[in-house]
Amino acid sequence: MELRGTAVIITGASRGLGAALAEELGRAGARMVLVSRDREALGSVVERIRAQGGEAHAVVADVSAPDSASRVAGTSGALVGPAEVVIHNAGTLGPVPLAPLADTTDADFEEALATNLLGPFRLTRALVGSMALRGRGTVVLVSSDAATVPYAGWGAYGVSKAALEHLGRIWNAELSATGVSFLTVDPGEMDTRMHREAVPDADPSTLTRPEQAAARVVALLREAA
Amino acid sequence: MRDAVQDTATAVHQTPGRLLHVDLRRGMLSDTSIDSLPELLRPEDLLVVNDAATLPASLHGTGRGEPIELRLAGEGADGTWHAVAFGAGDWRTPTESRPPPPTLAPGDALHLGPGLRARVVSRFELSPRLLQIRFETRPDGFWSALYRNGRPVQYAYEAAPLALARVQTPYAARPWASEMPSAGRPLRLELLARLRTRGVRVAWLTHAAGLSSTGDAALDAALPLPERYEILPSTVAAVAGARRRGGRVVAVGTTVVRALEGAARSGGGDLPPGPGVTDLRIGRGFEPRVVNGLLSGIHGRDSSHFELLSAFLPGAFALLYSLHVIAGRYRGHEFGDSTLVLG
Repeated sequence: MELRGTAVIITGASRGLGAALAEELGRAGARMVLVSRDREALGSVVERIRAQGGEAHAVVADVSAPDSASRVAGTSGALVGPAEVVIHNAGTLGPVPLAPLADTTDADFEEALATNLLGPFRLTRALVGSMALRGRGTVVLVSSDAATVPYAGWGAYGVSKAALEHLGRIWNAELSATGVSFLTVDPGEMDTRMHREAVPDADPSTLTRPEQAAARVVALLREAA
Repeated sequence: MRDAVQDTATAVHQTPGRLLHVDLRRGMLSDTSIDSLPELLRPEDLLVVNDAATLPASLHGTGRGEPIELRLAGEGADGTWHAVAFGAGDWRTPTESRPPPPTLAPGDALHLGPGLRARVVSRFELSPRLLQIRFETRPDGFWSALYRNGRPVQYAYEAAPLALARVQTPYAARPWASEMPSAGRPLRLELLARLRTRGVRVAWLTHAAGLSSTGDAALDAALPLPERYEILPSTVAAVAGARRRGGRVVAVGTTVVRALEGAARSGGGDLPPGPGVTDLRIGRGFEPRVVNGLLSGIHGRDSSHFELLSAFLPGAFALLYSLHVIAGRYRGHEFGDSTLVLG
């Protein structure tokens, strides 16, 4: 895929992998709408990208809120045109320190599902019609090995990521003939705030830098049709 | 407090609507379902849709210290907007019963929610409700603030506030429309896929569907106001291709008719690609140059769209159609059933 001029939406773009993806895609010439709840942190990512000559626009939204999808889709349609790529990177662990399922409340479980599963579902639903009409589009789902490995203590998160991956498989079965493709990526264990919250005693030198993971995801996008 | 809005899931999951098929060639009207659309079209036909997303075009705020509602009617090429102003109240009151806005003059500031301010640029002779305004927010901030503060335009026949997701067509892309280009609402992805499997091509354009009603008699009589559109070269080629194959060009919605026919008239008969603005009015006696068929909502005789639909219902068909709508208990309005007129 030629990334120059491509309209891209990235959720969870204010830090970690999302911010690194935004910078990498900004250098590649993508026209981006960056989504996050954190207005201030998002603003500095946008400033950094613009300072390097890239195009990025900030949209402050919580992907877990039911009305966010149409807001994000509409705002991005106005700012960069019909989305050609959406990267569902926003994610939540739920409360930290991580708790076993027996100690997980309904509210915490629902919050993980709302952010990690329902948010990507709604935003994808708001965008795929336009992608299918145009016969092209790429939806990237950022997952984790917690989707397949039943790590004790990662219940709500792991279940939500397992469901997210299956969501991608079903979308793909339904839409592959339309030219819309779904990529699920597992960036591995990264040196991010989320990882520090989940595994406070991890040795950062053993972890992937978000910039390295972002470069791999962008390479995948370039290879995609 | 924010109103509870209708479940956004209803935007997608609903039973397929009914379709009233008007077959001009065989002189027949028949009751069928929107799901039979692929069989009613021929492989050489072309469907043209309007991909405009629906704006949160209703804004509440104050002007001259009094409560107002502004309904955005369309953006101009110079970045100003046409807007229709109402006094206190909201969609629950029929537009014709809404109090007028305070008398607004050029230069007046309009406060339309956090981070969203506009100024009146001019007023129009036609109606004191119609204004030209300019937002005083930079583009990034403007779109975010509009989506934060705005709600979909809706009318008193609805029971509950509409969620923005509910007033989008399945393929909505560019937020240009003041109201949903609702003829396309039943065209779910699964149905579009079946149309393509049958060989029917689907092309798109963007047309800034405006407001359908303002409650001001003089203004309503002047609707639709000039509306902007954009037609891609690929759509022009698709129309030419359908012609070559002997296929029909079926417009999905009257906004598509306005865009294609308005562009063809500006192009002296040929359909030119590109952006444009059309003030074309379509009614009985109108002779389409591009469009051979229309998929639209159900428009009874009392509806403002009936006149437009009449352009596609020659002779006695208009009367037959309106009788059939009543006898068949078809549902009007944007979430109702559909009409397909084919020559």
